[in-house]
Amino acid sequence: MATSEALLVEGLTVAFDGSVAVDAATFAVEEGASFGLVGESGSGKSTILRAIAGLVPDWSGRIEVMGHPLGRRRGAEFFRTVQMVFQDPYGSLHPRHTVDRTLSEPLLLHRFDRVEQRIEEALEQVGLGPSFRFRYPHQLSGGQRQRVAIARALMLEPRILLLDEPTSALDVSVQAEVLNLLDRLRVDRGLTYLLVSHNLAVVAHMCERIAVMQGGRIVETLRADAMRNLTPTNPYTRDLLVASQGYSAGEEE
Amino acid sequence: MASDTLQSTSHTGWRAWLLTDTPASRMQARLGQLYLGWRTFRSNPLALIGFLIIVALVLMAIFAPLLAVHDPYAQNLDLRLRAPGEDGYWLGSDDLGRDIWSRIVHGAPITLQIVAIVAVTAPTIGLLVGTAAGYLGGWIDVVLMRITDIFLAFPRLVLALAFVAVLGAGIENAILAITLTAWPPYARIARAETLTIRRADFIAAIRLQGAGPIRIITGHIWPLCLSSIIIRVTLDMAGVILTAAGLGFLGLGAQPPLPEWGAMISAGRDFFLDSWWVATIPGLAIFIVSLGFNLLGDGLRDVLDPKRKSA
Repeated sequence: MATSEALLVEGLTVAFDGSVAVDAATFAVEEGASFGLVGESGSGKSTILRAIAGLVPDWSGRIEVMGHPLGRRRGAEFFRTVQMVFQDPYGSLHPRHTVDRTLSEPLLLHRFDRVEQRIEEALEQVGLGPSFRFRYPHQLSGGQRQRVAIARALMLEPRILLLDEPTSALDVSVQAEVLNLLDRLRVDRGLTYLLVSHNLAVVAHMCERIAVMQGGRIVETLRADAMRNLTPTNPYTRDLLVASQGYSAGEEE
Repeated sequence: MASDTLQSTSHTGWRAWLLTDTPASRMQARLGQLYLGWRTFRSNPLALIGFLIIVALVLMAIFAPLLAVHDPYAQNLDLRLRAPGEDGYWLGSDDLGRDIWSRIVHGAPITLQIVAIVAVTAPTIGLLVGTAAGYLGGWIDVVLMRITDIFLAFPRLVLALAFVAVLGAGIENAILAITLTAWPPYARIARAETLTIRRADFIAAIRLQGAGPIRIITGHIWPLCLSSIIIRVTLDMAGVILTAAGLGFLGLGAQPPLPEWGAMISAGRDFFLDSWWVATIPGLAIFIVSLGFNLLGDGLRDVLDPKRKSA
């Protein structure tokens, strides 16, 4: 039985105004695993995340979270199981809310106890001290904002995190810190990750299994070591790999 | 040099507490933001003048009985239409021998009352309608915005006249009529702001945490609409005062002998060629207060504009 699967997506199709953004995507993520979705811009990888999160109204197919199929509306149980970290830390924090308000709101919504304590613990866990608690987003750097966004996603103690290009808006030096933080949190809390990125290095570092998307379709699903060893079977994946290598080689010059 | 050192030492005290990057409580964070706003506002001299005019109006309204040298309703037909400065009338007397200065002073609370009630009610209605329409969308949006369109299709004064005609003349009904005609622009602004905000990631994030539409609209969308609404309110106040004065002038607002400025202009109209001050002085009062609100609105725009550079 598929008891160990945290997330199951079968034949997921999302269409906007007649154009198909995601075409019959099928994949499964085991509990505690990290699954990567890669592809160029517009390949539909972020749309899959948004469909799972319930932010896209029209989708068809089947999505199961912890063995429970999802309907059109998401309930409180879903919000406590699945949380998301967004791409742009400058747009994902409310500009007029302090860090404290951002972190306490989910706790109040779901009537969690020990609010004060949980906020302090969460800030500690993402590597921000208590001095950050009453700051506004404009008093934080991009990396600090993303840490706050990660802390917010963890407030409800979810089992699954949807990561939508969590580092692509950050400086290269900060990227590594945030990725290490995400790695550590996954081990500490036994989280399941679904990571979307166009950066093959990030995905290869973070994920055990990777799905490559092109034009709304998943063209290949492979293990990360296969990607590192450059042994993909699909020609598009090979092109993507070669392109990314050419890019990084060009960068080193 | 001495003043320089004094300045820098005061910087380490309460100012440092306000401007700290690491506030220790919600209160300190909020006060720090307010202080930064005040500093931006203070650096704009015109806005400061506007602010002082409004403060003067408020003080005038509070201390009206002390500032008025005559009873604003006391008639003295022997001393009618005296020029400013004559017979102890600082700003002259009107056609019934009443002291114009005292009437202006006693008119301040009436003006302030109109402004305060309209400034609280009209933007609130507009904000409710606009954000609900913008965030919920669909048929709610269509219905609410078509109602707004109907209100916007009439010139404001004409619509206010119609309302007053239905409700009956009087200052309360004039305020109600102005409120009913003043909210649609706020609904428009609030809806436009909401449409840009609702797609933001921070709204998606709070939805994903299970917040319902009421919490999102009041807690997350209102704070972001508020700055443009407040700016619009202060800029609109001049128009509100003028509409109230216009209704008073047409005899549909404040009723005699209430010293409402618009009604005073209307009363002075018949003597305008011989006794210019009867109509001119309340006109000047309206002009100064309207100007004050406009300058204040300009200054607030600098402070509240979300796109301004932080700190």
